[in-house]
Amino acid sequence: MMSASITTPTAPATTPSHGNLEASPFAIPSKKLVMWLFIISDAVTFAALLFAYGYLKNASPNWPEPFKFSPSIINVMLMTFILVSSSLTMLIGTRAAKLGDKAGALRWTFITVAGGLLFALLHVREWLGLIAEGVRLFQNPWGSPMFGATFFAITGLHLTHVIGGVIALSVVALGYKRGRYNSDDIEIWSLYWHFVDLVWMFVVPMVYLLNIAR
Amino acid sequence: MSAPTQTTDSLKTDIIVYICILALAGVQVLLAYQHTQGTQLLIRMLAVAFIQAGLGVMYFMHLRNEQRNLRLALIPATIFVMLMMNMIWSDSFRLLHMNPFGK
Repeated sequence: MMSASITTPTAPATTPSHGNLEASPFAIPSKKLVMWLFIISDAVTFAALLFAYGYLKNASPNWPEPFKFSPSIINVMLMTFILVSSSLTMLIGTRAAKLGDKAGALRWTFITVAGGLLFALLHVREWLGLIAEGVRLFQNPWGSPMFGATFFAITGLHLTHVIGGVIALSVVALGYKRGRYNSDDIEIWSLYWHFVDLVWMFVVPMVYLLNIAR
Repeated sequence: MSAPTQTTDSLKTDIIVYICILALAGVQVLLAYQHTQGTQLLIRMLAVAFIQAGLGVMYFMHLRNEQRNLRLALIPATIFVMLMMNMIWSDSFRLLHMNPFGK
């Protein structure tokens, strides 16, 4: 008797009526909305890490200030220049893709990829320099042992994002060349790349510029 | 004919924003070498970083061209979560006086 009162959908799932589909509330493709939601969640992840960094730095009276103008700050300025420039080249590549200029889109996207790789190389070189000076995850020659853990966690997560972006942009660009992906896909992954660039704008002051050796 | 003109104008805007973001990055370095210390320096650095991020989100990521609904769905919730994270500072100061990480 109970089951008789339960109503079931009458329209078959395999033939959806157009009238049943709800319009996108934000008037953007679902893939783009998903990327925006991912970016927001990732922004909160980075914020949590930076807050945790600030928490430990504030709670430690002997927080190390190891970054000298040369080579550390000069290296960071160069890395910033490369990353922001790669955002500009990504914008040009996206615009070329939207205009149907496939060759231009590929050229600028791979220039962006090259910028990302250069950034990653400079980052690894900086890491190796710090490791050579004795910085480990829970030990360093200058002060609070937590410095290494927080520094490598934040910059490592960012570096992982850069490397992930390099791989994703390469895959999407090659797929775009073969016709598997379209200009929307290039645009969606450009959002990710710009986000990686913007996160760096917070990592630089928090992790490097507030810890300058004086 | 209007599309290429619009593209050129838009590229010009992107280049201006790019230069602004780089200039602000330079301002951060200059701030770091001033004699300001502690909270004041942190606030100034973060203010510059938020301007950079705002420019990037609105112009590079084109959020200003999206529907207002999307901006309202994304921005206030993110800001709210980040403001709530500020709760940790009182505990951080408590730890400073207890000095558990100092060696």
